Formats: sequence, C-alpha cells, structure tokens
Amino acid sequence: MTGALTLVLSVQDWLNLLFHYLMLSLLSVGGAVSTVPDMHRFLVEQQHWLTDAQFNASIALAQASPGPNLLFVALLGWNVGLNAGGWLTGLLGVLLSLAGILIPSTVLTYAAAQWGHRNRDLRAVRAFKQGMAPIVVALLMATSWILASANGSSLQDWPLWLVTVAAALIVWRTKTHLLWLLGAGALLGWHGLV
Amino acid sequence: MSSLPAEDHPQPQSPTDLFVSFTLLALQGFGGVMAVVQRELVEKKRWMTREEFIEDWAVAQVMPGPNVVNLSMMIGARSFGFKGAMAALAGMLTAPLILVLLLALVYAQFAGHPGVAGALRGMGAVAAGLIAATGLKLAGALLNNVLGLRLCAAFGALCFVAIALLRWPLVYVLFGLGGAACVLAYARLKP
Repeated sequence: MTGALTLVLSVQDWLNLLFHYLMLSLLSVGGAVSTVPDMHRFLVEQQHWLTDAQFNASIALAQASPGPNLLFVALLGWNVGLNAGGWLTGLLGVLLSLAGILIPSTVLTYAAAQWGHRNRDLRAVRAFKQGMAPIVVALLMATSWILASANGSSLQDWPLWLVTVAAALIVWRTKTHLLWLLGAGALLGWHGLV
Repeated sequence: MSSLPAEDHPQPQSPTDLFVSFTLLALQGFGGVMAVVQRELVEKKRWMTREEFIEDWAVAQVMPGPNVVNLSMMIGARSFGFKGAMAALAGMLTAPLILVLLLALVYAQFAGHPGVAGALRGMGAVAAGLIAATGLKLAGALLNNVLGLRLCAAFGALCFVAIALLRWPLVYVLFGLGGAACVLAYARLKP
C-alpha cells in the first residue's frame, strides 16, 4: 500500500484534512460508513491524496480486523500520511482524521445522552425510546441483509447465505462463542467452500 | 420498563473495569462490534437489560457518529460520568487501532493470496449472521412495548423493506418512520 503516490502536504493541507473530517462527523448519522462516498470524493477525486487501490484496501482491512469499523478512517489517514513522507506523517494522519471524525459527534452524543438520562421520566423521552425500539430491531436485520448481499448477491452464492443463516440461528439459540463461528467461516472461505 | 432501578443488575466496578471490558470485547468484534457488545454486556456481564440496550442504541443511532462508539460512551457515562465515557471510548479504540495499523503493515505481503480473500468472504458471511442474531434476540424486548406487538411488527417490516430492499437513506427512514412511531407511542403513554 506504500509508494503509490508522493505528496508534499503543507500545514494548510493537514488542517484541511482535519476540517473535512470535523464536518463529516456531524453528517455521519447512521455511522461513519455512511460518509464513505464523500470521503472517496474528497481524498481520491478532489485532493488526489490517495489512489483508488489504497482507498479500497483501507476499508477492506478495517472490516477484516477486530474493533469498530470506524477504524477505516484511521487507515485512510495513515495512508495519506505515508504518501506524504513516512510513518511519522502517517501517525499525524491517523491522529487528525480520527480526532476529526470523533470529536463533534461524541460531544453531541454525550450531551444528548446526559440530557436524556436526566429527563428519562419525561413523556416525550419515554415515547422516543418506545417508538424507536421496533425501528432499531429492524435496522439490525436490515444491516445483516445488506452485509450478506454485499458478500454475494447472485444465485451461485447460496453457500454464503447458508453460512449467514446458520450463524444467525446458532448465535440466536445457543451459547457458542462468536470467535469459533468466525473461525469456521474463515476456514470455509480459505478452502474455497463458500 | 426503563423505570426499573439500575441497581437491580451488576454495574462496572471502575473506569479501569470499563476500559478493560471494552478492550476485550472490541478485540472479539471482527466485521462489526454490535453483536459482541450485546452478548457481552447484556447476556454475560448483565450491565444492562435488553430494553436498556435498545433504548441506548436508539439514541446512538439517531445521533451522528459511529453507533458502537456512541453506545460505548453512553454506557461508560451511565456509571462514571465523563471519566467513564472516556474510559469506554479508549477501550473500544486503542487496542484495535494498534492492531489495524500493524495489519496494514503486513497486508501487502499477503494481499494476493486467494485463501486470504476467501477467508475474508467467509468471515463476512458469519458476521452478517451475528448481527441478524442480535436483532432476533432483541426482538423479544418488544413484547413489553407500549405500541403493542402488531404495530411493532408493522413498523419493523416497513423499516426493513425501506432500508434493506429499497435502500432508502437512513435519515429519512429514522425521522419518517421513527418519528411516526414515537408520536404513536407518545399518544399511548399515560401523561
């Protein structure tokens, strides 16, 4: 993932990176993933700070490693930094992009959550929580559907869907450790069975 | 349901406990952490009930920002205020961040191997199943919902169709369908 581009970034450029992420943070209703199209537009098409291959690899790697998927933002910043010099600028890229994507949204959420907790007996707050509950459950099912169809949407991909359904039933009905299931999925995929 | 006192179930012992717990659960979360958060905090540690999990997640979902990050911060804040929020957040991010950077460093050597791509596909399929299972488990909490089962099912089905099949933007669905559900719930709740 290195050496694809050589950049010279000024202080202005670094601030630009930070401010763009600060703005995206406020727009990221539905999670950081919902701002991926705009990140691509900004980093690859407008600024030419990353290649397409670096952009896609950053997202795939973050998905495949443990932790919140938001870490793809850190990898994008890391690669911008690598293109601009070495691992020191890489770390600067990580720091600026993570701080940018996190600070506005976490401050807002923290304030809203504290307010909601203090006023949890208000009829409006209770109505919000009761009303949103079925939506939240349905969103989980929809997320699962979208992830499964991103893996394989054609008829030949039925083994992948079978794995998804089997994993869902096993986790729903048994106490099997999640890592065993992920390991099994990795093995099946490694041997080309799904 | 949410009026049950929080002291009825175990609580995190300290900000350090929060940091360690969130580090451990984040490290298990391949392809998304939501399924792991639900299993660890609701089923194993019992820091929160299914109902509380859904309520917090509703807030995490309508606020901007990554949902799991919002959720972990809210859970931390519940017990230890700002300190707890930061401890949970740091636990959720620090170790996985170091790991993902190390992975990026070794990735180039193995990227071309067909087995690696296959393993990622297989893990992705399992991860999708884990999230569906989380939804199935939380659906049980809707039994006590003030909207009643039929309305819950109707709102759930509409939301699934809009997001999963029609791929409408989340913002419209949250504010449209979610807003309608909240108004109905408001009408049904006693003042």
